[in-house]
Amino acid sequence: MPLYHTEDQAMLAETVTGFLGDEGGIKKQLRALRDANDGAGYGADLWKEFANLGLTGILVGEADGGLGLGHVEAGIVLKEIGRNLTPSPFLATSVGGVTALAAASADLKGRYLPGVLSGEAVLALAIDEGAKHRPERIALRAEKAGNGFRLSGRKDFVIHGATADALIVAARTSGADGDADGVTLFAVPRDAAGLGHNAVRLVDSSIASHVTFDGVEVDGGSVIGEVDGGRALLDKVLAATRVGAAAELTGVASGAFDVTTAYLRTRKQFGQLIGEFQALQHRAAHLYSEVEIATAAAIKAQQLLDANGADPVSDRTALMVSVAKAKAGRACNLAVREGVQMHGGVGMTDEYDIGLYMKRDRALAEFMGDPFYHAERVAQLSGY
Amino acid sequence: MSDLDAFRAEIRAWLEENCPAEMRQPAADEDDVCWGGRNVVFKNPAQKLWLDRCVAKGYTVPDWPQAYGGAGMTPAQAKIWREEMARIGARPPLSSFGIWMLGPALLKFGTEEQKVHYLGQIARGEIRWCQGYSEPGSGSDLVSLQTFGEDKGDHWVVNGQKIWTSYADKADWIFCLVRTDKTNKYQGISFLLFDMTTPGVTTRPIKLISGASPFCETFFDNVVVPKAQLVGQLNRGWDVAKYLLGHEREMISGAGGGDRLNAIGAIVARRGLEDPILRAELALFDVDALAYTAMGEKFMDEVKVGKAHPAQPNMMKYCGTELNKRRHELLMAAGGSTALEWDSEETRGGAPARNWLRTKANSIEGGTSEVMLNVISKRILDLPGA
Repeated sequence: MPLYHTEDQAMLAETVTGFLGDEGGIKKQLRALRDANDGAGYGADLWKEFANLGLTGILVGEADGGLGLGHVEAGIVLKEIGRNLTPSPFLATSVGGVTALAAASADLKGRYLPGVLSGEAVLALAIDEGAKHRPERIALRAEKAGNGFRLSGRKDFVIHGATADALIVAARTSGADGDADGVTLFAVPRDAAGLGHNAVRLVDSSIASHVTFDGVEVDGGSVIGEVDGGRALLDKVLAATRVGAAAELTGVASGAFDVTTAYLRTRKQFGQLIGEFQALQHRAAHLYSEVEIATAAAIKAQQLLDANGADPVSDRTALMVSVAKAKAGRACNLAVREGVQMHGGVGMTDEYDIGLYMKRDRALAEFMGDPFYHAERVAQLSGY
Repeated sequence: MSDLDAFRAEIRAWLEENCPAEMRQPAADEDDVCWGGRNVVFKNPAQKLWLDRCVAKGYTVPDWPQAYGGAGMTPAQAKIWREEMARIGARPPLSSFGIWMLGPALLKFGTEEQKVHYLGQIARGEIRWCQGYSEPGSGSDLVSLQTFGEDKGDHWVVNGQKIWTSYADKADWIFCLVRTDKTNKYQGISFLLFDMTTPGVTTRPIKLISGASPFCETFFDNVVVPKAQLVGQLNRGWDVAKYLLGHEREMISGAGGGDRLNAIGAIVARRGLEDPILRAELALFDVDALAYTAMGEKFMDEVKVGKAHPAQPNMMKYCGTELNKRRHELLMAAGGSTALEWDSEETRGGAPARNWLRTKANSIEGGTSEVMLNVISKRILDLPGA
């Protein structure tokens, strides 16, 4: 399959670019929500508009009422979310959450998917424990209790966890914290007794929760997939969300790049446009190259994940997913650092958008594993 | 089964039948590469057999028209050919500047007569070509070149000097940029072809830091070049040169057949890898190399359907060559003192060190990294005054 967008995908990109350029822009969404000290971290009205375009169900199968498209298409949406720094539950809900629910019972799908499709519900991913992404270790316990389970422990970096209708929770039902087996995924409803949220605002104005599970009881129907056999499904959710985050990072990078090169074309010093200085031209050209390469890596990973279909994530796909997340993280980080520097003094002001790109990059690079984590995975998957 | 699947099966079966076992392992050094030409010396019978079989089928230049010695493959078929070759680790049957550079230029700018004559020779590996571009005073600023062809009616008399002419001492013919109008800088250069045995042509190898001498200084002293050996229009050789440089940059970037930028961590680790910081550097390199490989695939896919930006080969060349230099720095670090050995048997005559030094030219030849960045700034980013 060629590594560029098909005509249908290009049409989707055009639609999404127009939609998010109009409705999801920095001033209209990110700055407005931040300045109003909004507690959800995203706009509910905009989420409904996502649904009106069918985007909330982009990865939901047609049999379940979705568009039945793939990760390449989800990546198109995420790239524009990134370019516009649009605060949106799309990645966690429509990519990560939906990937988990694809393996859920009809009953569980019926409980959550209609709300996702209509843009009334959002999902959150409760996977990390501690400040770094280490999903190989799952310590949060889920013990048998009656015909259900009782969950005890904590989860961190749960993006908009406090406002989500359900948390997709990776819990340990048997074995030791570092075991591959013994992991089970649950869909835990927001109003479950014993669920505690300490919601905090992050540097990029998104809202994340430290979630405590104090003997939270859920029924057996809340289990997604198999009890104790959830690792393969968790890997699918991780791969989907990582690839999505990589796509969003390439969007953040290209947005930062565009505002920076626009500034190089307008700012004058020493009687000339600063974009005429070769020192800056070369850095801009290098940055362009890195962003292009990251974009290619992201599309390659999206295609491999789509080709992987319903099977467990293959090593080859997992390798490219980690390449994409690491490369996108590093390219985007370079884009925002160079962006602020090339803006000079105004790059440090809140008035200019480049600083917002820098903050978003930092949070998104950390989400689902930073470039160091994924470079380590590349080494391990390559056998060293 | 689709047509392409059937084609793949056919190619796979043909390769299975016809590619000698000795040709299914990577070239260890320069001697393993078959360059063809009048004075070709085959390293072993398998090399010759492999070339002959491919020539008979047009597989030395699979995507050239059959009339010019190719196999007439479509872009999709040529991609399958490359994939099937790579699958069994087959070496290219023939490597040459004729295939990579002159051929594409002739296909675009040559007359029908020139195509039939020269392309056929290239495809059959009969003539080995070299490229006369750079001059001592014209490196990055190539258009300032001074080698002059004086108009003598039915021929030119060429005088001047070229430098960095790859394998000029082994080449049969040269494609050469010659000034034919001193009053017009850009539109005063013509693209000429001539035989290296023409009286007045001399070459002198340049010894490099790697110890090898793949490049020469080439001198022209009243060299007679018939007018029929002009490619494209008189004084518009710069258009041909620019077109051809695009191909050269693709080639050097690795997208067109140069060094493949495979991940190297696993290869190094097989020999032992105890330094955690080196391991980390290798992992970060592998991330970049694998991402660049995806970029190469995307670039080639886009080229095939005309979606690639015309200046994108400059970006590929810049990134590919810088990565290759980094790759060899890491291989040297991993190799330790063994990699320093200059002529030992264990290192096949100092291959790691010599290859490492060779890569330093990657980002100089065919346009320096700095020139590539200039071109990206100007033609892709459209920055002011660039």
